Parts: sequence; structure tokens; C-alpha cells
Amino acid sequence: MSTVPASGAPQALPVKGDSVPSWQLLLTLTVAGAIAGLAVVLLYDWTRPRVEAHKAGVLREAIEEVLHAPRRADTLWLSDGKLSSTAPTGENAKKAERVYLGFDAGGLPTGYAIQVVEPGFADPITLLIGYDPAHRELLGMKVLESKETPGIADKVVQPVFTAQFRGRVAPITGIKRDESAKMATDRSAVVMITGATISSRAVLRGINKAIAHWQPYLDAYRPAGTPPADTLGGGKR
Amino acid sequence: MRCHALPDIPGRPKPTATEDFVRGIWKENPTFVQMLGMCPTMAITNTVKNAVAMGVLTLIVQFGSNVFVSMFRKRIPNEVRISTYILIIATFVQIVDIGAEAMMPDMHKALGAFIPLIVANCLLLGRQEAFASVNTVWRSGLDGIGMGLGFTLGLSTVGTVREILGSGSWFGIRVMPASFEPWAIMNMPPGGFLGFGLVLLALAWWKDRAARRAAVRAVMAAPVPSRVPEEVSV
Repeated sequence: MSTVPASGAPQALPVKGDSVPSWQLLLTLTVAGAIAGLAVVLLYDWTRPRVEAHKAGVLREAIEEVLHAPRRADTLWLSDGKLSSTAPTGENAKKAERVYLGFDAGGLPTGYAIQVVEPGFADPITLLIGYDPAHRELLGMKVLESKETPGIADKVVQPVFTAQFRGRVAPITGIKRDESAKMATDRSAVVMITGATISSRAVLRGINKAIAHWQPYLDAYRPAGTPPADTLGGGKR
Repeated sequence: MRCHALPDIPGRPKPTATEDFVRGIWKENPTFVQMLGMCPTMAITNTVKNAVAMGVLTLIVQFGSNVFVSMFRKRIPNEVRISTYILIIATFVQIVDIGAEAMMPDMHKALGAFIPLIVANCLLLGRQEAFASVNTVWRSGLDGIGMGLGFTLGLSTVGTVREILGSGSWFGIRVMPASFEPWAIMNMPPGGFLGFGLVLLALAWWKDRAARRAAVRAVMAAPVPSRVPEEVSV
């Protein structure tokens, strides 16, 4: 079987000829597949904790940024139509929507961090907003993920755009750059990015949609140990 | 390791280890000569950093799969060799994908979908078919590293042109004067074609000039023919 012809063409491959039985072909592929599968799964399991830890770290940093360094932040899950500070069990544990509630040093809630995903120009834009539902006011905004056109629409991730959202009142409306004087009077206005209309509109639409979606749940939720009155946002602003 | 008899081209000496290694870097450079793996060349060469990362990941996959294909080349029946090679390549791609996600998450995010797409880089399967399946593990390993380095060189050259023109920087370090207005198009997909075209043009010009110089040198070195003046008829 290992006679090798002198001339070099692909048919001179030093592998078995035509008389290979089918079971041997099957065996080759089965063994190769099993080894490959084992290697990939082992590596996946081994690296998962590290990857999850990194993702959690990135999210924690973003929460601290949009809620302006809360003393701590609790995760609240949406299950059975209301927010709960205990994680849902069973199959929907991972799928359940969640928000993060930040507390100041005095233990008073300062605001919620809400993740927003909205289709942009290139790909979904993922961002995190800090939100005070009592005053319908945005506390901060940070883009977590964006694949918008480099050099043009990636300005949506830059502070010149994102910093405007602090203190704005929902629902947010977009204005052109030459109308920026309106920002002083209109507390909902945000200056859009020239040349990146689709991307900046997507950000605004995503934020407004997310707020409309969460507002009733946030209004109904009373953090444990706080008076039922409207204290949220009464802390650090 | 027993050196397997190669389908050598008659009349040509067997390539040395150095030749196996260097081949991919220059003479058969995957990007500029073989023109393989164009998808990453267009897609992720917007910065030198991305280009180098993609090149190194491809190098790891090329080296690993070359070694494995070569190691099992006598065990893999001819009929199922493509499936097996692809399986080996895909496994290594998955390994570098998971590894990159765990070890350099920001880079993994920047390269996005293009790490899984290494599996479709025809450079890899091309080297398995043409080289690793008929050569020893040692030579296939060298070939894999050489090809991987050549690919890295190709990507980072295009990346250099694109990053300098598109962002005014090189490897994240600002190199152009502040007055330089970056060409946004170089950061976008068409910039891949432009950047690659510019590099190919420069290489073609350089090769052409080298060939002309060699021709001139050959003429100079040749013995001067004893020219017979025309007046003197024979």
C-alpha cells in the first residue's frame, strides 16, 4: 500500500487505495469526530468561567458608570409580570429579562441600569442606560457594543454624544446640531450626529422603547426595606 | 521520524528545511503570490493590530492542522481525506476561537465573525492537500509556520497602508501630523480593496524594477561581443 510513484501528482498521495472497506472510512471519520468533539468541549468547559467572569466585569463597570458609582447594585428579574429580587428558577432562569438597581451609601436606591438592544445601521447596537423612573430621567448612557461604520457612525459610542443623555427626560427626542440651543429649554432634546442619522435614531428609538417597556414594572416595584413613597432618585443625583 | 519519499520533481534537489520554512513568507506568500485568504485580507486589515491578531490565529491553525494531517496522513483513507482535513481545521479554529475569547476578549470582539471564518480560508485546506498530506510532520510544521508568518506579513502590510491613511496611526500610535484628515473610506470595506491594490501595485513595481536591474547586470556581466565595425566588410 505504501508504494509511492516517482512522479508527483495528487493521485500519488501516500494513502490507502481504492480497496478500503466502508467500515474503515466510517471508523476514520467517527474517531476523528470524537477526538475533535472531546477537545473542543473540554476546552470550552475549561475556559467558560473565565469568559463569564470577564463579561460580568464589563457589565459591572458599565453599571457603575451609568449609575455613577453606586455603593452596590442588585439584579432584578422580570418574572410573572413583575420585578423580583430573586432569580427565577427552572428553564427561564437564563432567558428572564433583568435590570440592575443601584443603591447609594445610605442604602437608598439611586436608579436602574437597563440594557437596550436596537438594530442600528450595521448590526444591533447594545447600550446600557441609567434611569430614574420616578422623574422619568436618564442618569447616564454607555454603548456596550456597536459595529457602526468606523469614522462616521461610530461617534455614537463617543462621550460627545453619550454624555448628553445625562439628565434628559424620557421620551427623548432628537434635534439637529444647529438647534442645539433648544437643549436648554427642552429637557428631552438630544443633538443627533450629522451623517449618522440611522445610528443616532436607532439609539433614541431603543432607549425610548426600553423605557416604555420597563416603566410600568419599575413603577410597581418597591425595593425591600424602603418606604412605599416615591423615594427613588431622592438619593444621589 | 522516517522521512517519507516525496513526489519530488525529477532533476530538482530536495528542498531544505529552510526552504520549507521561507517559502510561505516570501516566494509563495499566501496573500501577495498565492492570493489566498482574501476574505480576512479585505475585512479585518483596518488596523495593524487586528491584522497581526488574525495572522497569528491563522498561523496557529495552519501549524496545528498541518502537523495533525501529516501525522495521520497514512491512516486517513483517500476517500474521506477532505472531510477529515476540514474536521481537523475546524477543530483548531474552534480551539483558537475559544482560546482567544478567554485570553484576549477585546481582540476577540474586534475580530468578531472572522475568527470562525478562518475555517473557510482556502490557504489551510490548500496546504493540507498540496503539502501536509504528502510530507513529514517536521516539514509540514515548518511549512505551516512559514505560511502563517507569510499570511501575517501580508495582512499587516495591507493593515499598515489602511491604518496610516484611514486613521493616521500605526499600531495605535499616531504617526501622521495633526493636520492630516483621515480617509474614512480606508476604514470601510472598500478600503480593503484599495489598500490591497496599493500594496500589490508597489510590489509589482518593485519586482519589475528588480527584474530590469537583473537584466542590466546580466548584460554588463556578459563578455563583450567582439563587434565588427560595419565599415570593415568581411
